[in-house]
Amino acid sequence: MAEEIKKLKVTIDNITLEVPQGTTILQAARMIGGDVVPPAMCYYSKLQGSGGKCRTCLVEVSKGSEADPRPMPKLVASCRTGVMDGMEVKNITSPKVIDARNGVVEFLLLNHPLDCPICDQAGECHLQDLGYEHGKEATRYEFKRRTFDKHDLGPYIQLHMTRCILCYRCVFTADQVSNKRVHGVLSRGDHAEIATYIEKSLDNDFIGNVIDVCPVGALTDKTFRFKNRVWFTKPVNAHRDCKCCSGKVTLWQRGEEVLRVTARKNQWGEVEKWICNECRFEKKKVSDWVIEGPTHVNRHSVISQGHYEKMKKPTETFSKVHDGRKPKLLMDIHSVSEVNDPSIDLSAINGPATSKVFEHSKKQS
Amino acid sequence: MVKFSEDKIKEVEAIIARYPQGKQKSALIPLLHLAQEEFGGWLSAETMDYVASLLSIESIEVYEVATFYSMFNLNPVGKHVLEVCQTGPCMLKGSDDIIGYIKSKLGIGVGETTADGMFTLKTVECLGACGYAPMMQMGMHYKEHLTPAKVDEIIANCYNHK
Amino acid sequence: MARKLLLEKAHVEGIRHFDVYRREGGYAAVEKALKMDPAAIVEEVKKSGLRGRGGAGFATGLKWSFLAKPEGVPRYLVCNADESEPGTFKDRYLMEFIPHLLIEGLIVSSFALGSNRTYIYIRGEYAWIVGILEQAIAEAKQNGFLGKNILGTGFDLEIYVQRGAGAYICGEETALIESLEGKRGNPRIKPPFPAIKGLWDCPTVVNNVETLAAVVPIMNLGGEEYAKIGVGRSTGTKLISACGNINKPGVYEIDMTISVEEFIYSDEYCGGIANGKKLKACIPGGSSVPILPANLLLKTAKGETRYMNYESLSDGGFATGSMMGSGGFIVLDEDQCIVRHTLTLARFYRHESCGQCSPCREGTGWMEKILHKIESGKGAMSDIDLLWDIQRKIEGNTICPLGDAAAWPVAAAIRHFRDEFEWHVNNPSLCLTQNYGLAHYADELSVVA
Repeated sequence: MAEEIKKLKVTIDNITLEVPQGTTILQAARMIGGDVVPPAMCYYSKLQGSGGKCRTCLVEVSKGSEADPRPMPKLVASCRTGVMDGMEVKNITSPKVIDARNGVVEFLLLNHPLDCPICDQAGECHLQDLGYEHGKEATRYEFKRRTFDKHDLGPYIQLHMTRCILCYRCVFTADQVSNKRVHGVLSRGDHAEIATYIEKSLDNDFIGNVIDVCPVGALTDKTFRFKNRVWFTKPVNAHRDCKCCSGKVTLWQRGEEVLRVTARKNQWGEVEKWICNECRFEKKKVSDWVIEGPTHVNRHSVISQGHYEKMKKPTETFSKVHDGRKPKLLMDIHSVSEVNDPSIDLSAINGPATSKVFEHSKKQS
Repeated sequence: MVKFSEDKIKEVEAIIARYPQGKQKSALIPLLHLAQEEFGGWLSAETMDYVASLLSIESIEVYEVATFYSMFNLNPVGKHVLEVCQTGPCMLKGSDDIIGYIKSKLGIGVGETTADGMFTLKTVECLGACGYAPMMQMGMHYKEHLTPAKVDEIIANCYNHK
Repeated sequence: MARKLLLEKAHVEGIRHFDVYRREGGYAAVEKALKMDPAAIVEEVKKSGLRGRGGAGFATGLKWSFLAKPEGVPRYLVCNADESEPGTFKDRYLMEFIPHLLIEGLIVSSFALGSNRTYIYIRGEYAWIVGILEQAIAEAKQNGFLGKNILGTGFDLEIYVQRGAGAYICGEETALIESLEGKRGNPRIKPPFPAIKGLWDCPTVVNNVETLAAVVPIMNLGGEEYAKIGVGRSTGTKLISACGNINKPGVYEIDMTISVEEFIYSDEYCGGIANGKKLKACIPGGSSVPILPANLLLKTAKGETRYMNYESLSDGGFATGSMMGSGGFIVLDEDQCIVRHTLTLARFYRHESCGQCSPCREGTGWMEKILHKIESGKGAMSDIDLLWDIQRKIEGNTICPLGDAAAWPVAAAIRHFRDEFEWHVNNPSLCLTQNYGLAHYADELSVVA
């Protein structure tokens, strides 16, 4: 029999599970899924050395381990803190965490231009999701927001430095996925920026993956620029025979037109397999690809208000971890508008929802 | 073309020898200091690329470091750079007045260079001379216990030893 | 006259040179240590109760004992001479006047820790001190105290001086290591700690200049004797760099039994407040530690005399106390504006933030802007509460202690001087030409039993 791998017991928000040694708190939380998963803006499981910087995944360790049960004095970055046997962690059950995360979201949005209406990332932006889920409706910042000199990164990649949250993912990607790095983080403090110093194109192979790892709209696909809103495009899985990469991609189509090619992403928004520049930027015809079928986007993004099939809802654990308490309803939206009838699953309707659908439901109730 | 003299190359080799084999990147900051001294008091992209080639690293690794540290000048500066400290302890001893005095005496603002290319004025944060405030750094040395008269003297000396 | 262990010989003519230093009893600690078992030296340092002199005050012997010793992997000692905390200039003084003391401490410590290559990382601005240290290293080498087979013991050691290039953050030990590796001074995410994975991923100890120099008297006296100097857990002597509005700014060696009042007013030390003014406030341990108004500085909230040691300075926690920190003693007289002073510190931390993690990168700049607004008479009452909330959300939530260091001065200024902030808000034009002055900050506080 194979040697037994040592399992560690960890409790996150009152949910206990066993994980292999070397698992971080964030990874353990992802194994549980649902609400107890801390948000992560800089951590990327496929990029070595990533994480620890954005501070959105801070959690409270209320018991260090069975051997040393003392709580950790400060909140810790769950993405970079390893699980110890008997550890107890509080995420959404800790008011301290909620408060600190609220602060981090405010800091991340402090100098953000909030130019979502003209941003290509809108609709699949992790900062939008983060702000929506953890932020406040208004900023307390009343000064001029930071700006940067504009840099041209060549024909493939569009840089909007004002939107950058300095997660360093693109730096790690260039180091670990492409064969050469010509961009990096320059200057320091609140002037730190992603740039090449002297104008250089980012065009070495596999560099296009920086677009997929960017959590915000700082690095976007220039070949897709202003072409469409992501929620109007339909994602389909496709593949082709490629000499450089797996050739397994997601095509983002409007009608028969391929507007954009990206790598396939998992439920945490992370790339499954890196793709080469040719697949990403050069193959924009349906005939270039073998279509496999619709992409299952079961993330919390607007894209998942899907076009083909019922959305997979994330596991709801809120009431479980709060001893059966239901989330507090701020406003019963169903009483305000009839088009929000919860008995109707919009994603299950064929085509756009019309008033007829709701009339029907009204009669039923 | 940017290139160290043979003597300087020996110095470069001695610096690299301070670190274990393969860790020559550690010599980056000392080499940038050396390059800045040698090539006109500032680091051009060409200079930085040259340093990268000496250490067999990518240029971007040099740019990242050079832009991080405040002592590296990324634009041409005057022959003498006056770096006046303005942090708390110096402020308590009147550094604001000294900065004001230098500005009016030289007719330049912070970050500017005089028309004759002699002086660049910079404000800096704490240089570890708080007990001898107000103070400024000029090249390799500190000028401490500054007064308007002492500033006059320092500036006159620079012109005398042109 | 208090006992001096570090600076006693600092002003002997020619002490910068090996011959004079040796004649005055120098390098005896090396001769003694190299005959000992390295583990026994670590024990002596543990017994001495020496605490890190860079600011955090962590037990040095304990830190040394954490050093991993895997087979076949080199270990490194790095001396932190990046002294950049506003108000602190003691290491500079020590290196400038008695450089051999540091070199001697480094040889003993390197032997104890098993480092054959030791680096002194010195802030780039201390350019002329590099020459002084390199001269001392060369002399020590000529006399057989450095290099191969030191004193015939088979121990090899080289010491190198590495210049930084202007970055306060490189005083943080993992940022220092990154910088020494030729990278941006971004602090690392811990764990792993340097004792396990430090310079070039090898086990590393990083200690402050004064800490390593203190190893020399510990060797000469023995750990137990050293521990008898001082009081409680504040053993040995401490260098204090005093600055601001005092008659005699400078570096003083104290044995941590004197009161704060004596330190400020006696002629042996600061010599009182300059120009016959009154004491308003003081930051006793470098700009990061909480500022205290005169009344809380001289006496604790319990009405007891406050002393110049780790425990007494932190008596009352952050509510009514401060910290020993790095020993940067900044004195403010009655003419100083707390808001303006806090603004310069906020500007400092914004300037020095590495920009890696979001609370520090964004929060430090935000605090500076609000302080500037209040200082220039454009502030609102809500700005004071906002400042409080921002510092609260930075503190404890960043990768490295710079976040805390930026938050604490703002928090303490509001905690103790809130009425001065409010006065700025209520008197938008007056605050541009006048000063809030001493107000009630030196008044005797009533003690609540």
